[in-house]
Formats: sequence, C-alpha cells, structure tokens
Amino acid sequence: MYVSPIREPLIRGEKNYGQVTKEILAPMAGKPSKYWYMGITLAGIAALFGAWATYQTIYYGIGTWGLNKTVGWGWGITNFVWWVGIGHAGTFISAILLLFRQKWRTSINRSAEAMTLIAIACAGFFPLIHMGRLLLGFFIFPYPNTRALWVNFNSPLLWDVFAISTYFAVSLIFWYVGLIPDLGTVRDKAKTKIRKAIYGFLSFGWTGSARHWSRHETVSLILAGLAAPLVLSVHTIVSFDFATSVIPGWHTTIFPPYFVSGAVFSGFAMVLTLLIVARKALNLEEYITVTHIESMNKVIILTGSIVGIAYITEFFMAWYSGVEYEQYAFMNRAFGPYDWAYWIMMTCNVITPQLFWFKKIRTSLVATFIISIFVNIGMWFERFVIVVTSLHRDFLPSSWVMYSPSLVEVGLYVGTIGLFFTLFLLFIRVFPVIAIAEIKSVLKSSGDHKKAAHHE
Amino acid sequence: MEQKYFRSLEELKLDVRPETDNKPLGDRQFIFEMQQELKKSTTASRRDFLKVFGFTVASAAIASSCEQPVRKAIPLLIQPDEIVPGKASYYASTFFDGIDYCPVVVKVRDGRPIKIEGNKASSLTQGGTNARTQAAVLGLYDNSRYRQPQAGGTASSWEEVDQTIISQLNAIKAKGGKVVVLSGTIISPSTNAVINDFLTQYPGEHITYDVLSASAMRHANKLSFGKAFLPAYHFDKADVIVSFDADFLGSWLTPVEFTRQYSKNRKLTSGEKEMSRHIHLEGAMSVTGSNADKRIQLHPAQEKQTVAALYYELQKLAGESGTKQIESPVDVKAIAKELYNKKGKALVVAGTNDAETQLMINGINQVLQSYGNTIDTSVQLNIRQADDEKVQQLVADMNAGKIDAVFLYDVNPAYDYPEKDKFVSGLAKVGLKVAMPVVEEETAPLADFICPDHHFLESWNDAEIKTGYYSLAQPAIRPIFNTRQAQQSFLVWMGINLDFRSYIKQYWESNLFAQGDNLTFTGFWNSKLHDGIFESGQKETEVLSFDSNAALQAQQNAKSGNADQLALVVYANVAVGTGKHANNPWLQELPDPVSKACWDNYVSVSPKLASELGLKEFDTVNVGNIGELPILIQPGQEYKTLSVALGYGREKAGVPATGVGKNAFSQISFANGHMQYVRPDVNLEKLGGTYEVARTQTHHSMEGRAIVRETTLEEYKQNPISGNEIREEIKKHLKTLYPKHQYDGFHWGMAVDLNSCTGCNACVVACSAENNVPVVGKEQVLMAREMHWIRIDRYYKGDEHDPTVVRQPVTCQHCDNAPCENVCPVAATTHSNEGLNQMAYNRCIGTRYCNNNCPYKVRRFNFYDYNGSDALKGNEMDPAEMTTDLRRLVLNPDVTIRAKGVIEKCSFCVQRIQEKKLEAKTENRQLRDGDVVPACAQACPSEAIVFGNLNDKDSKIAKYYKDERNYHLLEELHTLPSVGYLTKVKNTTV
Repeated sequence: MYVSPIREPLIRGEKNYGQVTKEILAPMAGKPSKYWYMGITLAGIAALFGAWATYQTIYYGIGTWGLNKTVGWGWGITNFVWWVGIGHAGTFISAILLLFRQKWRTSINRSAEAMTLIAIACAGFFPLIHMGRLLLGFFIFPYPNTRALWVNFNSPLLWDVFAISTYFAVSLIFWYVGLIPDLGTVRDKAKTKIRKAIYGFLSFGWTGSARHWSRHETVSLILAGLAAPLVLSVHTIVSFDFATSVIPGWHTTIFPPYFVSGAVFSGFAMVLTLLIVARKALNLEEYITVTHIESMNKVIILTGSIVGIAYITEFFMAWYSGVEYEQYAFMNRAFGPYDWAYWIMMTCNVITPQLFWFKKIRTSLVATFIISIFVNIGMWFERFVIVVTSLHRDFLPSSWVMYSPSLVEVGLYVGTIGLFFTLFLLFIRVFPVIAIAEIKSVLKSSGDHKKAAHHE
Repeated sequence: MEQKYFRSLEELKLDVRPETDNKPLGDRQFIFEMQQELKKSTTASRRDFLKVFGFTVASAAIASSCEQPVRKAIPLLIQPDEIVPGKASYYASTFFDGIDYCPVVVKVRDGRPIKIEGNKASSLTQGGTNARTQAAVLGLYDNSRYRQPQAGGTASSWEEVDQTIISQLNAIKAKGGKVVVLSGTIISPSTNAVINDFLTQYPGEHITYDVLSASAMRHANKLSFGKAFLPAYHFDKADVIVSFDADFLGSWLTPVEFTRQYSKNRKLTSGEKEMSRHIHLEGAMSVTGSNADKRIQLHPAQEKQTVAALYYELQKLAGESGTKQIESPVDVKAIAKELYNKKGKALVVAGTNDAETQLMINGINQVLQSYGNTIDTSVQLNIRQADDEKVQQLVADMNAGKIDAVFLYDVNPAYDYPEKDKFVSGLAKVGLKVAMPVVEEETAPLADFICPDHHFLESWNDAEIKTGYYSLAQPAIRPIFNTRQAQQSFLVWMGINLDFRSYIKQYWESNLFAQGDNLTFTGFWNSKLHDGIFESGQKETEVLSFDSNAALQAQQNAKSGNADQLALVVYANVAVGTGKHANNPWLQELPDPVSKACWDNYVSVSPKLASELGLKEFDTVNVGNIGELPILIQPGQEYKTLSVALGYGREKAGVPATGVGKNAFSQISFANGHMQYVRPDVNLEKLGGTYEVARTQTHHSMEGRAIVRETTLEEYKQNPISGNEIREEIKKHLKTLYPKHQYDGFHWGMAVDLNSCTGCNACVVACSAENNVPVVGKEQVLMAREMHWIRIDRYYKGDEHDPTVVRQPVTCQHCDNAPCENVCPVAATTHSNEGLNQMAYNRCIGTRYCNNNCPYKVRRFNFYDYNGSDALKGNEMDPAEMTTDLRRLVLNPDVTIRAKGVIEKCSFCVQRIQEKKLEAKTENRQLRDGDVVPACAQACPSEAIVFGNLNDKDSKIAKYYKDERNYHLLEELHTLPSVGYLTKVKNTTV
C-alpha cells in the first residue's frame, strides 16, 4: 500500500510485532509503580468524599444541595451534561474516525473508549442521584404494571433515559469487541494459571484464525455504523432537556449541533489531558506521538470554533427575536451576577483553543496539556451558565434568586472525578491501553521503518 | 357410553350425593385429635411430651410473631346526629384576641377543628378574615399550651388551686384589701358581667390593658363629645380617605372590617366608574400606605403640625375664621381642597395615640361633616377600651403594695408592658397573683397560681364588637388539656355553681332576647348560635354633640417636632401582631406584605439614610437599646424614620417563637398618659455585624415587564382597556397548530382583582391550613425554599426613595397548555378534563423538571422531610416543631401529606371542588356558581379572588374574564392560564 512519504509516521521507532506486543503490555505486567498507587489513593479518597455526599443526599434529601424554589437544577445537571460530553470522544474516535478511515485513531481509540464508558457511568450517576425519590426511580422505565401506569413519552428526560442507556450499551459492546483479539494476546502472554483462565474466558476463545478475524472485522464495522449516529444523537437528546422547555436561554433550536460539537470538543480535551500524562507514564510515546496530539488539536480548533459561533449566534438570536425575556436572559449571562462564569466559559472555550492555529502551540505537549485543562474547565462552565443563569432569573422577577452549591454537591462532583480516575487507573492495569491488533495493522504501512524505507 | 341407573325420581332430577359424616375439619381436626390423644394419655410418654411441647411452642411462636399492634377504633354506640365520619361539621364562633375581631365558622373533622373560615352572616366582615384569624386554629394545638393548673410552679389540681384562691380571696376581703382583674379589652358582655360580679363579691377594680392602645382617641372623643368612646367608621362611604399613619388595613382597630369596606368602594367590576381616593401620610411604609393612591412621606414628629395645618386649611375653606395661619411641612392645601370638595363623603383618620392630634382629627371630620356620614357616633366600637393612665396607676400601686390580689386574664405584661421591669417588681409585691394564660408566656411563671384558660375554640363566649353587633363563640372541640375557661374560674371562685354557657344564656335571655324577633328564647338562642351572629340594630341612645373648643385649642398648641432627628416607629405587623401569636409557625413564616421578610424583626431604614450612614442591608445596629437588629433598606421609608415590628423577642413562648427577633416594647413611652408608639428621637448605633433576614422575595423591580398592569382611574374611564393594551397585541400572536383543549363539563378558572388585593396575606395562611403546607423555618426560607402554594408578589415602581407599590397574588395558573406537564418523565403531573393541572404525589420521583419549566415558579419541592412522612427515620427537617402529635391534629385529612423529594403546588383546592360536586350530586342538582370556593378566595377580606366555572357563561368568573381589564400572566408564552388578573386602577384624579 502506498503511503505518502510526507505524512508523519504513526508509530515511531523501528519496531517489530513482538516489540509492539511487549511494550503495550508492559504497564499490565509486574507490580504497579508508586505513582499508580499514589494516583489510586487520591482518586479513592475523592470517590469516598462522593460516597459520603451520596449518603447525605439519599438520607437527608436534595435539601443538602444548594437548590431552591427557582433553581431546580444546579451542579447535578451541569455535571451530568459535562460528563456526557466527555463521553463523546471515545466513540467518535473509534466509530466516526473508523468510518472516515483515519488510521491515527488506532493509537488512541482504546483508551478514549474506556474513558467514554467511565464518563458515561459518571454522567449516569447524576440523573439518578438528583431524583427526589431515588428509590422509586424505576418509575422511569415503561414496564408493564397492574396499575396501568405509563411513562410520558413527551418528556425529554425519558428520551434521555433511552439515549444514555443505548449509548452506553453500544459503546460498551463496541469497546469489548475491539478488545477481544487483544485479550487473546494477553492470555497468550499470561504467566500464571489464574490470569490465563480469566483472560481466556474474557477473550471468548479467540484463536486469531482468519475466520475469527473476518467476523471480528465485520462486527466492528457494523457496530461502528451503529455507534456513529449515536454519537450525534446522545447529546442532541441531552440538549432537548433544555431546548424543548420554555425557559429563556434554554428554549433554543440551535442546541443540538451546538451541544454535539461542544461534546466532541470537551471529549477530545479530556482525552488529551489523560493521554499526555499516560503516554509519558506508560512509556508509550512512540505509539502516541505528537502527530496524534496535533490531529486531536485540529479537531479541537474546529469544534471550539463551532461552539464559539454558537455562543455568538445565541446572542444575535436573542436580539433578533425581539423577546424581552430572551434578551434579558442573555444580557444577564454576560453582565449579570454570574458574569464571571460566562467570561470563564468564553475565555476557555472560545479564545484559548484558537491558539492551536499556531503550529508551535499545537505541537507543544505542555501547551496542549494546559489548553486541554482550560477546555475542560470552560466546558463545565458552559453547562453551568446554561443551567443556572437561565433558571435563576426567568420570567417573574419576584422569584429571582441566587444559587450556590453546597459541600454535598461539590462532594458529588469530586466523587465522580475520583471514580473516573479510579476506574481509569484500574483499566490501565487490566486491559491493554492501546489496541494492539489495530496498531499492528498500521505498523507496516505507517510505521517508522516503512517510512524510513521510502525516504531512502 | 356408560349406563346410568337411578333409584328414585329425585335422583334423576337432582344430583343427590350421599351425605357423609366426616366433614373436612382441616386444622381443627388435627387439634381435636391432639386433644383426644392428650386426654387419653394419662401417662404421657416422652414422645407425647415432645409432641405437645413442640405444638405449644410452635403455636406460641406463631401467635406472638403475628401479633399486630392493637389499634383501638371503637365505633360510637349511639352515633351523634351531626357527626358523619369523613364529613366536616361547621360551628359558628368568634375570634377576638384583643386586636383582631372576626366572626368565624370553624370546620371540624372527626372531632377536631382543622380550619377557620370567615362567617358570611356577619355584615361587618362578610366572610372575610385576616392572617391571624386563619392561623388561630393552629394556636389550639400549640405545643406550649398549659396542660393543667399549677400552684407555685408545680402541677396541681383544680380543687386544690380553687380552695387556696378562695380562702386567700376571702382573707383579702375580710381585711378590706383590693383585688384587681387585669385583662385585655373584653368585648364580651357576659365576661364583663362575670368580672363585675366577681369584683362585687371581692371588692376591687377591673383594669383594661391594651398593647395597642387607642386611649388617646377615647380621650379626644371625651373632650369633643363628652364621652370616651370609639365611633364606627365607614370607609365604604368615603370618597376621599386621608389617613395619618392609621394602618387600617393591617392593625388599626378592626382591619378585617375596614378592608372589606375599603375594597367595596374601590371595585370596578360591576361597571362602576368611580372609586375612592386614598391619601396616606406616614413615615414608615405600612400595608395601608403601600395601597394608597397617593402616599406622602411624613416624619412622625411633623405629623401634629401637618394635621393642624390641614385643619386650618379646611377651616379656611369652610369660611371659619379666627385661627392663625399654620405652616405645614408638606403641602396640605391640595389635600384640603380634595377633602372639602367631597364634604360629607370624606374621612380623615389618624393612628397616633396622641390626644391633641386626635382632637384635631375630630375637628377636621367635623368640618368635613363626616360625623353622621362616614363616622357613626351612634354605633360605638368596643375595641381598645384601655385607659393607659389606669394601667400606669396600677403598676405604681402594685409597687406601692396597695394591691392585694391580681388576676391576669388575656394579658402578658411581663413581655409587652413598656416598663416591664416595673411591672414585674410590682407584681412581686402583690399577695395573690393568679394568671390565666392559654399558652406559655413570660408573665404566668411569675404568678402564684396558673389557672390555664381554654383556647377560644374550646370555649363558650359572646362578643359585642359594636353597639348592636353581637356574636357568639362555641366550643368546636372538647378541652384537650385539663384547662378551664377563665370566666368559669371566676364563677367558681365566686362560689357560683353555674357553667359559663348557662351564664351567657341567662345574660342573653335577660338582655338581648327582647331585641330579637323569635317567640321563644330557645328558638332565639338556637338560631343565633347557629348563625354565630346577632345584629340587633340597636343604637346608642345618648345624643352626642360636638364641641370644637378642645380641637381648636389643640390646634393652637400644635408645634412641629424636629424632623432632623431620627424617629423610631414601632408597629404591629400582619403576622405575629403584638406577639400573642408569636408561637404560631404559620405566622412566623408569613412574609411581611411590604418587606417580604419573615422569621425576624428588623430596623427598616430609608435608602437615603442608609447610604448616608454607610449601612448595607443586614448590617446590625442598635436602635434605642432594643438590642442588635439587622437593618432592611425600605424604599419609600421617610428619610429619618426608622421602624421596628413589635411582637418578637419572646422569651418563654416555646418553639418556634422563643428567641426570634428582639423585643421592641421597651420603645413605647407614656406621654400625657397615653402610650406612644413613636419615639421622636432615638440613637442609632452601628454594631458592625451582619445578620441575614429571610425574605421570600429578593428582587423588587418588575424590570419593565408587563406583569402587574396598572392604569389610572381617569384613563380607565376614557378607555377601560387602558394599561392592558398589550393584551390585544399578544392575542394576535397566539397561533397554534394544535387543537384547543375541550372541556365539556367544568372548566375551572380563577380571577384576581388586583385593585382589591391589599396584600394582607390571609390567603397565604388559609392555603397553608387547608392544604397542609409545611413550615420550613428560617434557614430554609433563606435558601429560598418556602413552600407556600400562593404567594403575593410585591414590586416597587419608580424612584427608590418614593416608589409606588403593586402586588399580585400568584398561585399555580393551571395552564391549559402547561409547560410542566409535558416534561415530567413519569406523567406525575397531568391535566384533568376540568382544566386542572394535577399532581399525583405518589407518582412523582422528584426530577424537578416541572419546577424549572414553570414560567410562574409556583411549584414547590420537598427538599427535606418537612413533615415526618419519609420512609427513612431520623431525617426530619422540622425547626418549627410542626410534626408533634399535638400540632399534627391541625392537618386536613382531605389533603395528602407530601413526602420528601416530591413536588407540590396549588391544586385549586381540588378537594373542595370534589366535595361540592358530590354534594350537588347527592342533592340531584347542578353545581351553582359560587358553590366551590377555594381556601384563598374564602379567606380574602376584600373579595379579590373569584373562582368558578368558565364554561358557565353566567358565572361571576366568566364576567370577570370578559372584563376589559382582564389579562393573563405571561400570556405571550401561550400557556393559556386559568388564572386571570384585572388591572390595578389607581385613583389619581385630584
């Protein structure tokens, strides 16, 4: 296969297949490093904080939060949307980029997908915990019952239930199907009996026969086809939670594309944050190269700019609509009591990603890491701005209030971050962080020695 | 096929089966066999023993493990006629607490009063109530009620207490000592008779002590008419009302009656083209002042001078000369002109307890020919009978040791007497001190004997609020505790073996029967008791003639005080009033109609003064040694006027009153023998701290939105749609693809006449009582989590130094196109086929999406377990102690208690709708317009709220909806609300 010599190689260092297997499996072997232990301790403490907050919420009620008669959703839904957004990168990378034949995805898709699953789990926690009566939460499912009760299919919250659960299920299957050949590899390299047995079971008896490969490829392609529209639909439906309401600042038709691009934007930022650390810590710099990071930064410029245009469009529409409530809501966002949140959002989401137009910045690991953190913060504030500043001053000024989170709400957020990192650190130890089989498929065509051969 | 033979014809016809003797006995057989075996075995083997043992143990275990807690529900052997389980009974009664008078009807369910409603039979209040009247039912179940008599601080019995008191009284009588009965104003003729009898038997004096005194008015009338009395006022007959700080819609004399009168002459719903004009001059912003067509800020120290000047201007207009020109701090010429133009239809009132000012007010009303028109001297008001001088004299006498016995009835001077230390030290010198309180208070523990009185809902009583306007009170429940009505106690101590009910009957038979038109007394009594009302139409017989000399003299003497000094006004608010009801959680959580603050008192400061002194909202100050209080910047407050509410700072009242706010009674002083509620010169000391006051509304501007629509009378007369022009525009834009909701039977709707609503808050308490709305406490209100289903929004318009105030009661709008309904994932909130927006609490999982999507923000979420109904134990949030077994008795069994995590909201009192529908059905008739009255509409003293069936084209509600003034809140959202508002019309016609 011909590959343009100008293209940067996707895998550095002249490697053979055995080397690849060994290097990628290295983080799973032996005892974890002390950094791993430090990380999981910190993350565990954060998760315990979250557990305490969960207990407070369930036992004492939503009153332990800072919500009130006017602002019915606060940090809870902000975090929900934020995590769902983060959960967009993985499937986007593995499904949509697969369909677009973007080979550079092979180095990052595994970890990005794992991140997606963990993020969706974190996201799913919030709609549950923010229910006033969690123990009756099963009412939300359209199950047959003798009382002739049925759910309300008009409600976007119900659509959410289906959207999130479908997305989680498909992502999980897609991720697992991708894992199967690698699990076979892990099994083959395993030294202890128990390890062999477990990975043997998990790999579903993978032998690597041509028939297996053929079926694996077919299933992957079908799942990619299924997952790709889901990437677009999930956040579209999440945006309906707001867009179908009457609240100024929520009632906006621009929300679906705005939310989806925001989600990809934040998801890529989170992937970058994680991988910049992981590639260094796990010695995978030759697999996850600066080229990969640059490619992701390009996606960030694109989606960040879409988001920026959406922000400006909202303002224009508020003015153009002539609706005084809408106009007030947007003026209140930018210049009201929560203006700091708005300007943090604008700075982090619209201004900082534009720095990636400079090649020097988008190829700098430090700069990318910093900007990715900025984007994570900015996207959290975007949701905060949408949820809180729209609600706290809506139609009747008599009900206008301020909202600030309680310690319990902070605890729930920190707790999900703790859970996220705990699960990610465990993932590093039990599964290969890079899709070995897939990376091998591009090793010959895009590896260093191939390129070197062409240059000669 | 098998052949079948038969033995008889019967067998052929019927399927006769041979009878068997061994009927299946089941377990019985087993037990029976066991017993037989036991009987047989005289010498039980080891096996038998084990069998029996096992059986016994097993059955014992089963029996004990299946044991159910015993719940006694003993049906009545003889069902009383009036009690039908699940159906409410209503008893007419009278609420009077010294400040408020209100004839009421008590709703009793299963033997317990659960709601108080206004008595429509009364021509004075016509079914209206106020917040305190509505809340009084909770007072019956106050946790800190005295439960038995006490002697010397320990529990005792009535026999013991009576014996000691009688013997001590006799000893005092024998040595010629003086007995004093100190009470609040008593408007009950029978009670007065009992006390008179008592004081005849044990010589002494009955002294009346009113916390809110009108003794200066009585004094002024004595000088003007030769008799100390209060006349009857007719705000409904006045076309121009000028009030000098008389809060007649909130706390002045009989506010419920006055609100009814006032609103009557301000309604434009039946094609009227005129309404009264109300000019209010005051320093602090009161409910009444905030409703005025024109409000003039007046420093309290300048009030007298202003009244004198107005008097002068009127004299000039009337052509009476001889008085010298008087300069006025505010322009009174225009007011004088307006008043004089409406001579005979004008009314001037003043709230002050200064006799000279009141004399001049009398003079003014005389010039305006108010007497005989808007003021009726032939019908006298029996409220506020206290003579402040006598109270002062009593305190002095007690300190001098001249009083041998004091009976404290319906007073709490150790809390509310201005010089309470003097009172307490004097009381200590009295030989026999008997207190007759209902709930725990500061004075009773200082007495030798506490003889707890019944709550008024447990008592028999009568009242004569005005000459010829009688009403009765009857018990609606058996006494909950070992208490005894005070009047009964007096009778016992006199040695009269007669119950007070018979005493009242005797009194009515000999004094009032003749005025009725019944043939027999039993008929008379039964009909009056049923109605609760007896209006005999009798008048005072003396002819009173006006003597203006004293008024002129007062005018000559009038001098302006120094308006540069800080004046402090202490006032009774519409919630806790004078503090008697401070332990009522509903009232504590009731937002003030002006400041929207609850759970505290505070110092109201004008914006100008605050910025001058560098004070910010909630900074703490000490004013006149009240103690540390936060300030609240009050738009419209006169520059140098401070105001603090009375009724807070209770020390021994129980939860929640104790410790709420500061006691401001110390700021009342005596001048010329009358209690003064204004201190013309106080110090304001900045303390540097801050203290947050809970307010249910924190944003006070309408932001230019057409929420409360307003017009002036002049514009209204030219074009009834004025102020509401935008509605046509909005209606043009209301287009939809979807078919309109069809309502075949009823379509319930509500309309609120913004011109009538005074913001008195009666509806808010009524709703809480009817719908079991939880009380959440100050901390929760600070977090904006109050649960009220109806709220009264209050907005300021214009300049912060002199704003106009508009109000708007807001409940669930029951939108036909409700944004809350379609967003609920579990369909917990749905639309009924009668246009109601319903909540299925059991289905609600608490996503709060409906709350977010409600443009009116009327939905309330149960953030905590406010009422102890949660499945998890120990997580209640009940700072006001509303969930005690006693207070729970007030719950309305027709309305579900909402669990933690559930949304709730106004239901249009669906339980009342259903009840009336059923009633109509059993009576086989159509529901009539006005049959269904929600709690808020029932409570309203100004009939601002109208409820009914929109499908009935002849209904009152349909008429209101057709009115040009009608509009819907946020109609442009196409929510199609079922609540309409009629624009507010201000009379600015000079």
